[in-house]
Amino acid sequence: MDAVLPILLTIIAAATPLVLAGIGELMVERSGVLNLGVEGMMIMGAVAGFGAAFMTGSPYLGILAAIAAGAAMALLFGFLTLTLATNQTATGLAITLLGLGLSGLIGKPFTGQPITRLPNWHGIDILVIFSFILTGAVAWFLFRSRAGLIVRAVGDNHTSAHTLGYPVIRVRYLAVLFGGGCAGLAGGYLSLSYTPQWIEGMTAGKGWIALALVVFASWRPWRLLAGAYLFGAISILAFTVQTFALGIPSQFLSALPYLVTVVALVIISRNRLMLRANTPACLGRPFVPDR
Amino acid sequence: MALILERRVERARKWMWLSPLLALALTVVAGAIIFALAGVNPLHGLYTYFISPLMDGWDREKLIAKAAPLVLIGVGLAVAYTANVWNIGAEGQFVAGALLAGLVPVFLPAWQGPSVMAAMLLLGVIGGLAWAMVPALLRARFHANEILTSLMLVYVMRLAYDWAVRGPLRDPQAMNFPKTVRFEGWQVLPAWGEIHLGAAFALVAALVLYVVMVKMLKGFELRALGSSPRAARFAGFSEHRAIYFVFAVSGALAGLAGACDVMGVSRQLQAPYEPNYGFVAIIVAFLGRLNPVGVIFAGLLLALSYMGGETAKVTLGISDNIAKVFQGMLLIFILACDTLILYRIRWQGRA
Repeated sequence: MDAVLPILLTIIAAATPLVLAGIGELMVERSGVLNLGVEGMMIMGAVAGFGAAFMTGSPYLGILAAIAAGAAMALLFGFLTLTLATNQTATGLAITLLGLGLSGLIGKPFTGQPITRLPNWHGIDILVIFSFILTGAVAWFLFRSRAGLIVRAVGDNHTSAHTLGYPVIRVRYLAVLFGGGCAGLAGGYLSLSYTPQWIEGMTAGKGWIALALVVFASWRPWRLLAGAYLFGAISILAFTVQTFALGIPSQFLSALPYLVTVVALVIISRNRLMLRANTPACLGRPFVPDR
Repeated sequence: MALILERRVERARKWMWLSPLLALALTVVAGAIIFALAGVNPLHGLYTYFISPLMDGWDREKLIAKAAPLVLIGVGLAVAYTANVWNIGAEGQFVAGALLAGLVPVFLPAWQGPSVMAAMLLLGVIGGLAWAMVPALLRARFHANEILTSLMLVYVMRLAYDWAVRGPLRDPQAMNFPKTVRFEGWQVLPAWGEIHLGAAFALVAALVLYVVMVKMLKGFELRALGSSPRAARFAGFSEHRAIYFVFAVSGALAGLAGACDVMGVSRQLQAPYEPNYGFVAIIVAFLGRLNPVGVIFAGLLLALSYMGGETAKVTLGISDNIAKVFQGMLLIFILACDTLILYRIRWQGRA
């Protein structure tokens, strides 16, 4: 047990940001919007969370700032893709590029500074617990509530939803803001709890991995949680193996999460019919109501 | 909702070309605000960023040298995006090309003559092409989303490069610094001042791809698959073939750009090596209207954004992340302004 517990805690720490960002993106994609800006929203959350905690001394205010920063980026993304009907793929990339640059610019004075870490019990803090509550809440919302049914309807057929009188654009705005807030929170977890430091580019592709997890989970919340933990376990396993089998280059082990993501995507996408049946039918398609 | 989009009957050709200019103007305005927030006189900041790198002959040469990889990669990406295939892993393909080209001077240091230059460039092309074939194959064979796979492979290639340059390729005489031997003689690209042969490759690639896209059936096929895949399939165009084709073209060009960069600029492999050309080239492709000739101008502009970032860092003491902010804002403004191509924008009070 003494040996297992630390490993389990590292797995939790690796999986939590993926769960937070992934669940947010799952909601966004269920509403029919493909947000490739997760990485950018996450890093903005990380820098804003750290900055607020550093300046006020309160990691809880840091959490709020992280959520707000992610949501602010999401608002920009929403304005472009929903109000101006821009290409979602390109816009998401733009948000990510902007977020990476802006966070570096804002975060310059925070590099190497200490903050009060989020209070935790052996590495388990409120965000870890919240990630489970969030998963359950989103699962309930999407599949057990009327509002969730509307979100899914908008994502599966925006024309029909519009004809029935549902406010497609407003629903998508709310989903995008929710997703951005979650991505920001995931970034906040990294800078307030996981490291806890501000390092330029510290998300290191975790936002992209969260995007891949949504596909891997077939757009289902509990599967996403399981996927994130499986993923965390595999990447931690690699580091544990390293301590026994010396001689494996550390770069190979660092590359493992990315390789695992590619393999997971291939496995889940292999069956085209299954993939198509699970994917929200209007994913990535802009909606402009005819008048 | 106050802002209403009204679909135009036809694409507004005028806005195809006005949109990037408007986007640039908006970026300059937003840039002035950012400089003001950073405590720099906005006019002085903008002058330092956008104008001062152009005042010096040596800097103008450097601008063209920086534009070369951006245009080489950007034209390839423009072709891919036209076909609605999203290769966003050009950065990895770029590094793969640099790594493979660097093998020759390390393992065959005595090889000299024109053949070694050709071999290194060819290895660069092969490296980029091979690395691009992975997401192409996964997409065509297993339907795996190429955006995510090609991006993941950037991280993998960066780590592979890092391992190689710190390990087997390291120069034993380099005092443990992570770099290879310096390239000598024919292992270095001919250069005129700062401008190396890569700039000529970029120009040729842009012109060739322009002809392919505008004058040849292949270009029509790719545009058809990009804009209306169903109709294109009925016309007998194969989606799989297009995926392999555009990944091959964009990967090969990114690899060539990588080989040219290490053979013409750094003249050795060093770690860390993250010039970000592969990501900035995405902006170049969009700013250039996915048109290979437009990409040339866009490449020069984004090369200027790199130079401006360096100048701002040295003379204004601002982090060079300002360049990334300018680049990101530019792409956002272009995408926003492109809405005007398809739609009219109307303000409307509450009905």
